[in-house]
Amino acid sequence: MLCGLVLAEGPPVTAIHNARIVTVSGPVIAKGTVVIHNGLIEAVGENVAIPAGAWVIDGEGMTVYPGLIDALSTVGIPGEAPAAAAAGRGGGRGQTTTPATTAPAATQPAAPRSMGPEDRPQTTSWVLAADEISPSDHRIETVRSGGITTTATYPTHGIFAGQGSLIDLAGDEKAGEMVVAPSLGQYISVTRTGLGGGGGFGSGFPGALMGYIAYIRQIYLDADHYKLVKDAYAKDPRGMERPQYDRALEGVIESKRILLPANRVVEMDRMLRLAVDLKQPVILYGMREAYRAEAAPVLKKYSSPVLLSLKWAEEPRDPDPEADQTLRSLLNIDQGPAAATMLKKAGVPFAFYTDGIDAPRDLNRAVKRAIDAGLSREDALRAFTLSPAEIYGVADRLGSIEKGKIANLVLTKGDIFDSNTRIDTVFVDGKPYKPAAETPPGGRGQTTEEPGEIR
Amino acid sequence: MRKLLSIALAALAALVPMAAQTIVIENATIMTVTKGTLKGAVAMKDGKITEVGEKVMVPQGATIIDAGGEYLIPGIIDCHSHIAVDGGVNEGSVSVSSMVDIKDVINPEDISIYRALAGGVTTANILHGSANAIGGKTIVLKMRWGKDAQGLIFEGALPGIKFALGENPKRAGNPQGGRGAAAAAVSARYPATRMGVEDVIREAFNQAKAYKAEWDAYDAKVAHGEHPIPPRKDLKLEALKEVLEGKRYVHAHCYRSDEILMLLRVADDYGFKIRTLQHVLEGYKVAPEILAHGAGASTFSDWWAYKIEAIDAIPYNAALMQKKGIVVSMNSDDAELMRHLNTEAGKAMKYGGVSENDALAMVTINPAKQLGIDNRVGSIEVGKDADLVLYDKHPLSDYAKVEKVLIDGTVYFDRDKAVSEAKATAAEKQKLLDKIKQSQPRQQPARRPNG
Repeated sequence: MLCGLVLAEGPPVTAIHNARIVTVSGPVIAKGTVVIHNGLIEAVGENVAIPAGAWVIDGEGMTVYPGLIDALSTVGIPGEAPAAAAAGRGGGRGQTTTPATTAPAATQPAAPRSMGPEDRPQTTSWVLAADEISPSDHRIETVRSGGITTTATYPTHGIFAGQGSLIDLAGDEKAGEMVVAPSLGQYISVTRTGLGGGGGFGSGFPGALMGYIAYIRQIYLDADHYKLVKDAYAKDPRGMERPQYDRALEGVIESKRILLPANRVVEMDRMLRLAVDLKQPVILYGMREAYRAEAAPVLKKYSSPVLLSLKWAEEPRDPDPEADQTLRSLLNIDQGPAAATMLKKAGVPFAFYTDGIDAPRDLNRAVKRAIDAGLSREDALRAFTLSPAEIYGVADRLGSIEKGKIANLVLTKGDIFDSNTRIDTVFVDGKPYKPAAETPPGGRGQTTEEPGEIR
Repeated sequence: MRKLLSIALAALAALVPMAAQTIVIENATIMTVTKGTLKGAVAMKDGKITEVGEKVMVPQGATIIDAGGEYLIPGIIDCHSHIAVDGGVNEGSVSVSSMVDIKDVINPEDISIYRALAGGVTTANILHGSANAIGGKTIVLKMRWGKDAQGLIFEGALPGIKFALGENPKRAGNPQGGRGAAAAAVSARYPATRMGVEDVIREAFNQAKAYKAEWDAYDAKVAHGEHPIPPRKDLKLEALKEVLEGKRYVHAHCYRSDEILMLLRVADDYGFKIRTLQHVLEGYKVAPEILAHGAGASTFSDWWAYKIEAIDAIPYNAALMQKKGIVVSMNSDDAELMRHLNTEAGKAMKYGGVSENDALAMVTINPAKQLGIDNRVGSIEVGKDADLVLYDKHPLSDYAKVEKVLIDGTVYFDRDKAVSEAKATAAEKQKLLDKIKQSQPRQQPARRPNG
């Protein structure tokens, strides 16, 4: 290992002394102490006694923040998520889940051509991110170095890609110890490429957006019927044909909410309506056009939380000089980062997600653009800490610096989203990590632990 | 920056129409289509036409539009369009895609809606494409530019489903399937012949009948107070069940007379109706059979020979079918053609000697009848929706321009406003372009991957 070592197993008690503490849930403590014990925050305040034998960190001139939470990520699942199985019927749960470091989907044989929703194309709804987590994913260290201590990690391949899990980025742990909440919700996409690419042409149904939506509708109709039949059979199996086990529907049924993509206002309206039809609690992700005045009334009508991508719209690189950009695409570039301000004003619960921006420097720059577009620093921090914790229902253990919560903390010199701020130490489950040396933008050039390790 | 934003938003917001109110259009040449042509006035309130005549009562507080003798016609209705659809108009991966629904993918921000308005279109039948024998579910929209997807839907209009015959569903020459599927990597999609197209439709309705019987049996049990487990709801067969029950119109893409007859026989066999034959370029050959079935015909004026099956067409098709008594409309199937359907109707006068009124009917009351919405739109009559188009010249003339378009008594298009807004929008766009360019002066050239 070259950098970012765990400092030590350390003494069981750590105290950050004389630091400025941004609790997020309460007022900022100008000078105070945070006591960490057994991976939890044991005490926080101005006048907190430091327990005897504690390892004391002098926080003079430094600030403590809650660890950042990336509300939608693939960190922790290295390489590609399991390829979409076209024939999803039958088979036990987890039976075909691929080891975490398989070759990219492109080299895998094409899935059989799907002839309709009943073939369950591009569905691996039964996959649980928690089961796929690999502590050796090199991106864990990269993003942790930017202050991210927790990720809502999702499988992202296929239409029903699987269920996300909330994981703490403690890279040296056993995978099971990293999981904070195993089941966050079902990741759904309506294009052939998810967060990490995939799919391909010619693999049959569905092909058009309306095909994807019809497929999603049919799955939920099937799930309702499946439950009915299963319940009836459980009640009295005598004389009744045994219902077929369908892992695709099992995965859908056990998901407590769904994540649907929406960038344009038209898509927000469409997806929120769809979720109502499906009777599913929903979180929208993307939200590129959330800056538009038309977005607020749509979002307010449904009171669903949203996840805002930090990958702001940009001028295309090397554009076709003849291509005519629409006024909308120009406004997206100019006004995009104002989305957070608009969501805040409208009272829509929102959280940031990095959308693949792994390098700390790029991440800072992206957040800075939202702040420049009118978002207060406090709200920017909240959208990365307490808000995602609330959206996922884990604010009782994460998202702020409070007694009894998990000791995920970031100790900095300077304000967290400033370009010249240095992150000193990142605590995950109370364990201190030093940030890795700055990596080139995009996280390229990382060394691997073992030669030939597949990313 | 804030100022720039507000101007830009104002430019967009300006496109949002003014609200419905009491309006009187005076001094107009009113072509009612169903009740002759007169010089006079039309009064409307709460979106409905309240009075039509040489003189009308002008209610207090009414907005008065002086038409200056110009022509007022009912809003144009396009019985075949694919605008305002997101993410593809074809779910062509399967031979029967009746599970998909245009309603799910309406894009109310498609600029084609505004441009259709500028061409006098107020209502359009938005269809799934013709890639498969039985395509997706369709929906009738009003061109209410500025409303959301739900706000465009023609409330109360019966939804439809797209069928397609001939070359498109059998996909001759298309590497995605049919006879062209030589490449091993791409599996062929049945059918590859016209025989196969018929088989696909028959097989689908065999399944639909069995499905319907299953549900009917269930409904009967429930009616008897039993509590059986309901059958599985199948979106694909559900749509076809609705066709069998007469709750969903069939709009069938077709060209050749033989396949038209085939489809009418299949429909008769299974006991459902073809509501409209679309394109129907050889309809003039089998007009009595079409009339006997009760199907409407929605065709092009003089657009043909773009493929082999569209070769034996004549521009007299519309007139000939009309003379046999078929309800005939002219459609666009195209966002550009959609903007001048008035001149398409005019061509029926040149080819076949259709009267001025009957020609105009082909883009107004006739498509309304075909879509089952003629009680609401298609003519200027008291009680109908105030969907009106004001032309500066005779609407069947090539030189006629649309001045104003009203839907539900609300002005959705105004030429003078549109012209001035276009300038403002262009200026805003340039400003934004300059600003973005300025703000990214040090943009690095795109990095090339190594090797």
